[in-house]
Amino acid sequence: MALLEVNGLGKRFGGLAAVNDVTFSVAGGEILSIIGPNGAGKSTLFKLISSFLRPSAGRVIFEGRDITAQAPHRVARLGIVRTFQETTIFREMTALDNVVVAHHLRARASLGGFYFATRRARRDEAKFRKSAREILGSLGLGEVAGQRARSLPHGHLRALGIAIAMATAPKILLLDEPFAGMNPEETDACVAMVRGIRRRGVTVLLVEHDMRAVMRISDRIVVLNFGRKIAEGRPAEVRENPAVIEAYLGRPDDELGA
Amino acid sequence: MYAAVRNAATVRWYIAGAALAVYLIVIPAVFHASPYILTILTTASALAFISAGVWLTFHIGRINIGQGAFALIGGYAGALAVVDLGLPFWFAVPLGGIAALAVGVVIGLPILRLRGVYFAMVTLSLSETARLAALSFSGLTGGAKGVVNIPLPGGLSLFGFTLLGDFADINKHLAFYYLGALLLVAGFAAMFRIVHSRLGWLFRSLQQNEDLAASVGVNVAQLRLVAFAISCFLGGAGGAFIASMQQSIYPASFQVQDSIYFMLYCFLGGLGYVFGPLVGTFVLFLSFEFLAGLNEYQPLIYAVIMIALMLGLPNGLLSLRLPRFATWRAWFGLRAEKDDGAA
Ligand SMILES: Nc1ncnc2c1ncn2[C@@H]1O[C@H](COP(=O)(O)OP(=O)(O)OP(=O)(O)O)[C@@H](O)[C@H]1O
Ligand SMILES: [Mg+2]
Repeated sequence: MALLEVNGLGKRFGGLAAVNDVTFSVAGGEILSIIGPNGAGKSTLFKLISSFLRPSAGRVIFEGRDITAQAPHRVARLGIVRTFQETTIFREMTALDNVVVAHHLRARASLGGFYFATRRARRDEAKFRKSAREILGSLGLGEVAGQRARSLPHGHLRALGIAIAMATAPKILLLDEPFAGMNPEETDACVAMVRGIRRRGVTVLLVEHDMRAVMRISDRIVVLNFGRKIAEGRPAEVRENPAVIEAYLGRPDDELGA
Repeated sequence: MYAAVRNAATVRWYIAGAALAVYLIVIPAVFHASPYILTILTTASALAFISAGVWLTFHIGRINIGQGAFALIGGYAGALAVVDLGLPFWFAVPLGGIAALAVGVVIGLPILRLRGVYFAMVTLSLSETARLAALSFSGLTGGAKGVVNIPLPGGLSLFGFTLLGDFADINKHLAFYYLGALLLVAGFAAMFRIVHSRLGWLFRSLQQNEDLAASVGVNVAQLRLVAFAISCFLGGAGGAFIASMQQSIYPASFQVQDSIYFMLYCFLGGLGYVFGPLVGTFVLFLSFEFLAGLNEYQPLIYAVIMIALMLGLPNGLLSLRLPRFATWRAWFGLRAEKDDGAA
């Protein structure tokens, strides 16, 4: 059974169909990339899956359950967690505190318990701190754990966004352009990082413009254009697909690289 | 470096301890026979308690100019509980808080979706709405005449022991001073704990990015409501206390201007510090009371202070740096260390 099924999903903004009748499914443990030209509807699709937007049509089925139009924090609780295309962090907290706060879903103590610092709450806090350090370390942020997030350089901020999402122990992670603005070396490191995340049993959905990275990392690729799915398949298949080549033809800056 | 940080924290605790000793011991000892001064200080304690609520709403990223409404609701609820229902005074403050909390939850549910200037405007209009409501529902509130002659607290005894005499027989100004102090210390201790527990971290996560908080599973709507409910409780309980102390409450007891002052106290003390509203209230309220000649220019001076703050001291009084630690150590007789340069 597929881990996640997207069924006839659609979203209209006024007259614009940003996502239009999109259907695909995601198997547990795979890395599936969503590609397409600017404005194709990729981020909107992510927002629909993570319930940050309410679809105009269609369903999202996760582990066999219909989760369409649930509150976003409930969907996160089920294990679907997104990152943001724009750098999104808790700016005034340290990198470590960003990740500690994000452990919220793993708390076993109640809010009242945390207020009165019960034994269970103290154990939670200690566990979160330890786990946050591990996550930061595994994403190459160990050195900057104590720094205020807003003062971190861009590359670190992208990684911190991912660290925050990882703190929830997601089953499926939706990464929106994690490699944006990175140089080739940083991208290579980040590709290795995404593979590492998958190795820990997390299914990854990836929106990305860096075709070289996408072709290397993806098990499968779904291609969107003007909100519609125009192709789906393994990287080699998608690269040869005439519809895909045509969609990208008018855009010489987006090369379907090797 | 670490030593310097620890010493700065130590110095802060010394200052806080000294201030608390002055507040709880020195002032009552010196001024126990000055009803005027005791009353002003008691009022300041209650206003600081009410402002703490406004500060907490700031802490989730909402500008709250409606606290006057909740102080008024609490004031009336407490007063009517004593006058109409004949409950003892000791119920007035908690009931005032609960009444304001209940109204706050009902109103907060829809309005907390608003952000920025929209939330500020709606809360501002709440202040005026509450005043008009108090005027119009005269069957309950007595209209413009208000609720007057609220009886003083009776004695408090437990298992036959008299804990506190009837306020009519004892120095009631001193008794109210201590009650106000109790309110203030309990209120700010609770706030301190909130801010330093996970609850505070979650509130700050809302302040800094609600979408990100939701994406990691935080129930944003629920937490916003919790913060606002606490804020309203503080407003209501403080309002009920002031009404009991003044033995009266009128529609004009808390109005738009008061709501703005509560906010200003928070700005003055510093939005980044849980004791900001306390410092802000005492500094501003007491300066005005003791410089009585300035009263007619009060709104003007408040406005000037507001502007000056925004320009010169955006993080409030508490963001002013302390003098060098060596100086403080010398004052408090702490051992001077060689590595002062590190501070
Ligand atoms: N909240 C919104 N209101 C109106 N239109 C929107 C909204 N969000 C997105 N759109 C429109 O929907 C279309 C799809 O946007 P989306 O952000 O999903 O594209 P994308 O594939 O992520 O593009 P990019 O690669 O540039 O990030 C665009 O035309 C965009 O202008
Ligand atoms: Mg996008």
